[in-house]
Amino acid sequence: MSTKASNTVIRAAGLTKIYREGAADLRALSDVDLEIRSGELTLLMGPSGSGKTTLLSILGCILRASSGTLELLGEAVEKLPERELPRIRREAIGFVFQGFNLFPTLTTVENVALALDVRGMRRTEAEARAAELILEVGLAEKRKSYPADLSGGQKQRVAIARALAGDPPIVLADEPTAALDSTSGKNVIELLRRLAHEHGRAVVMVTHDPRVLSYGDRIIHLEDGRIVREETRQEEAVFAEAAVAS
Amino acid sequence: MGLLARRNLFHDKVRFAVTLTGIVFALVLIIIQFGLFLGFTTTTSNNIDHSKADLWIVFHGVGYFDTGRTFSERKFYQVLATPGVAQAEKYMQAFARWKRPDGRVENIQIIGVRPGSELGQPWNVTSGSVAALKEEDAVLADELYKEKLGVQNIGDRVEIGGHRARVVGFTRGIRSFTTSPFVYASFKNSLDYTNPTSNETDVGYILVKAAPGISAETLKENLKKRLADVDIYTTPEFSQKTRFYWMFTTGAGLAVLTAALMGLIVGVAVVAQTIYAATMDHIREYGTLKAMGATNSYLYRVLIEQAVWSAVLGYAVAMIVAHFVVTASEKGGALILMPLEMKIGMLGLAILMCVTAALVSINKVTRIDPAMVFRG
Repeated sequence: MSTKASNTVIRAAGLTKIYREGAADLRALSDVDLEIRSGELTLLMGPSGSGKTTLLSILGCILRASSGTLELLGEAVEKLPERELPRIRREAIGFVFQGFNLFPTLTTVENVALALDVRGMRRTEAEARAAELILEVGLAEKRKSYPADLSGGQKQRVAIARALAGDPPIVLADEPTAALDSTSGKNVIELLRRLAHEHGRAVVMVTHDPRVLSYGDRIIHLEDGRIVREETRQEEAVFAEAAVAS
Repeated sequence: MGLLARRNLFHDKVRFAVTLTGIVFALVLIIIQFGLFLGFTTTTSNNIDHSKADLWIVFHGVGYFDTGRTFSERKFYQVLATPGVAQAEKYMQAFARWKRPDGRVENIQIIGVRPGSELGQPWNVTSGSVAALKEEDAVLADELYKEKLGVQNIGDRVEIGGHRARVVGFTRGIRSFTTSPFVYASFKNSLDYTNPTSNETDVGYILVKAAPGISAETLKENLKKRLADVDIYTTPEFSQKTRFYWMFTTGAGLAVLTAALMGLIVGVAVVAQTIYAATMDHIREYGTLKAMGATNSYLYRVLIEQAVWSAVLGYAVAMIVAHFVVTASEKGGALILMPLEMKIGMLGLAILMCVTAALVSINKVTRIDPAMVFRG
């Protein structure tokens, strides 16, 4: 469990997302109420098309909800103009992507420093801070390597270091272990859990991976754009064991 | 930002080489066309610009240098008698037929001057002297046209308009826009070469030097009150009229300017295509930057920096290539000029061209949906 006090950093109410596809409307999210707290690793689970990634995109201020309210660190996002959303993303959120999304022409340190450059930090300062983060994720010896020279697990750790560059209170991860072998996946999920438990960040992770169930503090199940079940870590571990046994 | 711009630009060396080639090709084309334009304009008026005269008096209606028409010598004396005139010289320009030692005939433009005067003299004399034009049958030709005129050395003999002529010297780099080489002679000889039956009292132009303290404009007004049936131009005015005639009335200048414009359009198209292709290669990275909170202006700066780097490097290579082309042109019939102002201007044009080309990519990047980073 978390070692720091839990505060609600994201509060969503009645979130609905409707995509217009020709004459038809596609309802990706329906009336989702949700609270995300600091110090917790929250897993978003559900079958393909259940709305997990749409929900993550809305929580990350990348996508706007069709209706409903979203409060992020006390700021009502739905009332903000479009031009304010990049600021929210820079200040509050770090993203970890399934495909890593590293910049192939930059070294690991430069990849991380780029996230600080986006925030306006000077290059030397940014690279010094990036080197510290690379050290924290255990890749000090790879600081001058290019993404092409890294394994999948190493790439994802660089991506996590990049997500942490702006010291965001919220980390949103989209299937971060999907492309990794079991050892690398375990390392990555443990790293994400440490970010929540030891650093007090709110970590939200979309996953299909049953191997990670036991790491989540909360598991939110989505189906057809709705939250159908929410469980605490202990309940879900029992569920997972039963699932594996069957 | 700067690092990403440079790394993305130089990462794919083949693509960068293609981009650079496009820029260099476009810039060299533009430089050559503009250089030709400048060379042509300079060539059309070089005798006027080197005349050291303040005013040119021409027969009424003569709009440019190469169509001189004679008028009475009496006007020359009227000019000399006008207050404010420090010096005046008779000057002649006319087409004539040059018969080479081997019998072949070429058209030339005879320029008749008073040898030893300050006004209207040939320049860049590399062998012989202007003073030698005082000698009987003496002419000066330009080195560029030795082959065309069939002469190689001082003392070579030819015929001009059926009269004997002897080469007494050579100039260097006095080109003729009409393709008929300029040949300098004394005023008296020039009349013989061009019109043996002419009255020697006719003149083609009168070149005037104003006395110290008198402006060319003031003297021009004074002369206008005294002289009828002539037009009086300051040297810059006559130069400008001659340039304008050849460059725009004949369409010669429009042709080279159109070619330069085509070079610019082709350059923008080539660079736009390559920058756009490079942007599309990195489109997911731009989406990631947006998801990370990068503003549109941050992304624009990345693309514009790439465009500026492309422009500066393309410009550097283009200048090297252009230098060789310009140097080679000095020995040819068509002069290509590349003054400092043009070199500086080309850098600005290169940057403008590449930034304009980047606008297509900027438009694309502006429309990126950052949610793309979650897809696949």
